[in-house]
Amino acid sequence: MRAPDPVPLPPEPALAVLGLSVAYGGTPVLTDVSWQVPPGTLAAIIGPNGAGKSTFLKAVLGLIPSLCGEVRLFGRPLAEVRRRIAYLPQRASVDWDFPLTALDVAAQGRYPHAGWFRPLPRRERDRALAALAEVGLADLAHRPIGALSGGQQQRVFLARALALEAELMLLDEPFAGVDAASEAAILAVLRRLVREGRTVIAVHHDLATAPAIFSEVLLLNKRVIAAGPMATAFTAEALAEAYGVPIPLSAAA
Amino acid sequence: MTTFLQLDLVPLAAAILACLACGLVGNLLLLTRQSLLGDAISHAVLPGLVLGFWASGSRAPLPMVLGAVVAAVFAALAIDLVRRTARLEPGAAMGVVFSTMFALGLVLIEVTGAASVDLDIDCVLAGQLETLIWPAAEGLSSLLDARALAAVPRELWTLLIVLGLVLGVLALLWKELRLVCFDPDFAATIGFAPRTLGLLVLVLTALTTVAAFWAVGTILVIAALVGPAAVARLLTDRYGTQFAFSAAAAGVMGAGGYGASVLLPPVFGLAGLNAAGMMAVTAGVLVAAAALFSRLRSAGRVGA
Repeated sequence: MRAPDPVPLPPEPALAVLGLSVAYGGTPVLTDVSWQVPPGTLAAIIGPNGAGKSTFLKAVLGLIPSLCGEVRLFGRPLAEVRRRIAYLPQRASVDWDFPLTALDVAAQGRYPHAGWFRPLPRRERDRALAALAEVGLADLAHRPIGALSGGQQQRVFLARALALEAELMLLDEPFAGVDAASEAAILAVLRRLVREGRTVIAVHHDLATAPAIFSEVLLLNKRVIAAGPMATAFTAEALAEAYGVPIPLSAAA
Repeated sequence: MTTFLQLDLVPLAAAILACLACGLVGNLLLLTRQSLLGDAISHAVLPGLVLGFWASGSRAPLPMVLGAVVAAVFAALAIDLVRRTARLEPGAAMGVVFSTMFALGLVLIEVTGAASVDLDIDCVLAGQLETLIWPAAEGLSSLLDARALAAVPRELWTLLIVLGLVLGVLALLWKELRLVCFDPDFAATIGFAPRTLGLLVLVLTALTTVAAFWAVGTILVIAALVGPAAVARLLTDRYGTQFAFSAAAAGVMGAGGYGASVLLPPVFGLAGLNAAGMMAVTAGVLVAAAALFSRLRSAGRVGA
């Protein structure tokens, strides 16, 4: 018997992870993690310190080897879709004393368009400047990154990710250590991206703000505690299991 | 003038070229907080140098350079292995690997009989600038005379080629190296191979270390790797300016250090001063002056 005529297939998930396990030097960090993120959503990865949230992003991006498991981005392996993915590393992972300006860093997001072995063309630099303007830092473009506040540094990183013009953004703690002004600026950008149909996945720490910002969630503590839409997965029981202590959701809501 | 050309021109040029090559590469190490790796590599290349010397039976540059690069890559891999298997902090792993390899190099000098030719421990420690003489020089016209130039010590041409390589790599991979030094993870996600470029920096470090071998020896080469870059870092927050200032500081270090070693002894009635030592001292003085200047400037800004 033949299958009935195809109804339009549901869109490929922006991210589909199946049975991902990662270990550092024999110590398991992530065990059998599976998660799907539909395109056009704002999704959070939440869990206590050491739960493997950053490790999850790095394994998805191929920055660290995984023991087993499959990662598909838009239904394809990473190598085929690199140009559609943007990564925002943790702010603390780089040296902010490095002699660069805000524009120098944002311009790194245009490197794939310029290619190897040649300087960045002026029009690509202008695109990077536009990305800085989107996060409200056009005035500080030529300031050394070491002279920026933590929130401004975080926005420079976001501008660099924006400059990649990717469809899927993987952000490692975009709100860490930022003041209210920067938080609002970052949030506005992320919401606009999702309205445009792009997908944003962010490691997030603040349980109180999570339900208001994100629509999908992965609750992680070395394995999946809960995953799915925020409304059904982000429960008091799941949080208690992830953090090992009861977390009053009422304070959050 | 002829005396200057015969005795001083080549060592002076070698000192400047060595400091320039090391000083420029040193930026890449300093900015990635790996300056100690430069020290480690400069020591660890010794067994490779000696084996290259022994295999070819001469101071022909190519075998020694090849030996040194192999030794440098081996050292980098060994440091990583020791760090991971023994769970040592990177500094300790480097210390174990580079002192062992340096000691092995010293032993090899004696075992292979290299010492009886003209690779001795003094040279390893402090260079042999004074041996780079140019007896064929007979006046300024010799600078344009192909036959006289052919008699210029080969070490000088090696240094020129290495400096050319360093400048070429920096120019060709300017933005790539800047990206990988600042944020290797991000670089990897957009397909700008940080491992390959890291290996390239390592090989460049090994090359400059070998090239600087005759000028300053393996011990003081660290002064040329770190000093100029540190001076520049104290004076600027711009990436391009960092390299320009470090090149200027390296030139001053090479010329000033060599000049001091020639001009100061008669003034103070000394028998002689070691050129490599004076270069390292000059680097130290430059760093101190830059630190003072940068403090005064920031104090001035606060006051204003």
